[in-house]
Amino acid sequence: MSVAPAEVDLPRSADETVPDKPWVTIVWNDPVNLMSYVTYVFEHVFGYSRPKAEKLMLDVHHKGKAVVAVGTREAMEHNVEVLHGYGLWATVRQDK
Amino acid sequence: MFRPTKDGGASVWLSAGEASLLRTLVVPVMELLGESTRPAMPVSVLDELESLLEADEPQPPQDPVLARLLPDAYPDDPEAAGEFRRYTESSLREAKKYFAQTLLDTLPQKGGRVKLTGEQARDWLRALNDVRLMFGVRLEVTEDFEEQLAALDPGDPKVAAFEVYGWLGAVQESLVQALAR
Repeated sequence: MSVAPAEVDLPRSADETVPDKPWVTIVWNDPVNLMSYVTYVFEHVFGYSRPKAEKLMLDVHHKGKAVVAVGTREAMEHNVEVLHGYGLWATVRQDK
Repeated sequence: MFRPTKDGGASVWLSAGEASLLRTLVVPVMELLGESTRPAMPVSVLDELESLLEADEPQPPQDPVLARLLPDAYPDDPEAAGEFRRYTESSLREAKKYFAQTLLDTLPQKGGRVKLTGEQARDWLRALNDVRLMFGVRLEVTEDFEEQLAALDPGDPKVAAFEVYGWLGAVQESLVQALAR
């Protein structure tokens, strides 16, 4: 049998009280990827509805880029890896 | 072109020429992905350790097609981009080679019916897309690729490449439509 370690009060860092700004996954416009394909990828990868996926695809197409997901850095990096697998031009950054 | 199947997959009939064309186009993408950006194998464990300790963050691939297939995740932060690349690039290369291999494995040698499960169909989508990205980069296509094609001299060797690129787009579009039902 093992014993749970005693709880230890770790020193708190100064910036701990500042809430972390969320991270975002950005998809950039690309002349090759088909509009229908990009919509399908958003639906399949993120589970978005067709209207939401289409709106995001059109944002990418018309504005050059769009934020397609918000969350932790780890989750956004995972998204980018999956989207690169699909050949979408995706990047991560911390929200401003 | 592709049609949906009852079990959520897709099927298509390909001529011998189409099957052989797809094979011919997928193989170079696999070869490109197979090339390592790392220097040749270190001769000893010590050298390996040394190279690990001294290694700079991995850089984006020099080849413009590879750079598009394996893009930077952090465009404004080379250090974070290198770190991300260090942990993900080799698995992304393997994943892309796997998608291409699915396409090759399900392609009938002499043409005929291709019947894909949903999973295989998504591998096909990604493999076809990587081939189209390769063409896109090499031909410098824009969103108006048909205008680019129309502007070419009929004798230009690029005409055939643009036509193949257009055909690949139609095949991929039909596969998306079959899956999106």
